[in-house]
Amino acid sequence: MTTRAVETWTLDPLKQFVGEAAARLVLLMTPAGQVLAQHGFARALDVMSAAALSSAIVASTTEIARQLGEPPFAALTHQGERHGIFLANAPTHQGMVVVLVVYDLDVSSIGLVQLFFEQLRTELHAASPKTGVPKQVLAADFERQLSDSLDTLFGR
Amino acid sequence: MSGYVRALDLVTRVRGVRGAMLVSATDGLVVAEQLMEGIKGPAVAALAGSLANRLSRAMAAGGIGAALFWHLQCTEGALLVVPAPSGVLIVAVAETEVNVGLVRLELLRAAELVG
Repeated sequence: MTTRAVETWTLDPLKQFVGEAAARLVLLMTPAGQVLAQHGFARALDVMSAAALSSAIVASTTEIARQLGEPPFAALTHQGERHGIFLANAPTHQGMVVVLVVYDLDVSSIGLVQLFFEQLRTELHAASPKTGVPKQVLAADFERQLSDSLDTLFGR
Repeated sequence: MSGYVRALDLVTRVRGVRGAMLVSATDGLVVAEQLMEGIKGPAVAALAGSLANRLSRAMAAGGIGAALFWHLQCTEGALLVVPAPSGVLIVAVAETEVNVGLVRLELLRAAELVG
């Protein structure tokens, strides 16, 4: 399984998390859906879909929380028949990172994922560069940036 | 919930037991706990759940049936576990010198209470 990162500071914490939580797929992205790193995805199309759907979930649940006068959700979990899905935020010096984790129920568990996610949050925060403003993707650059990111994520 | 509290009380009253927990075996999440300060409940629960999953598969592969009791002796303590039929693990975190036989007995009684 490959682990690749567009933002290199995310790579070591991500690799450690994958090893310890026995995660099948992991995606680190901005709340806007810009992918920072991935583990386990084989196709660019899957990454794009997962990032778009995850950022949509984060946006909609954050809005629901806002309308209820609650702080944004801490984590969202879904348990299927064979796989579990875990979606949560990790604050870093470069802004909020959204983490999507898919795990096999016969290899890992929500308890393990939650446990090692706390470690991942801490390590991402510590590893994120304190200087520099996070890059903003302009509409004009979007396609090129997306293409560059996918090249990096899939080693093309 | 009072049944769970009674089950945990059975285990924690044994001398040398530093804490007892009910853990969902499939999820590795804490259902109920009575732990001394310094014991990381969620970590113990997650790792006990993971261990239960792997042990049950190893035992099935070995054709030796389901686990009834485990005792993990470590340098600074011990972890003792009895799986209840409902899928809950009754976990005791104990000191090295604990009376293992007595803890096992209370864990089995707690498992009956939990169902």
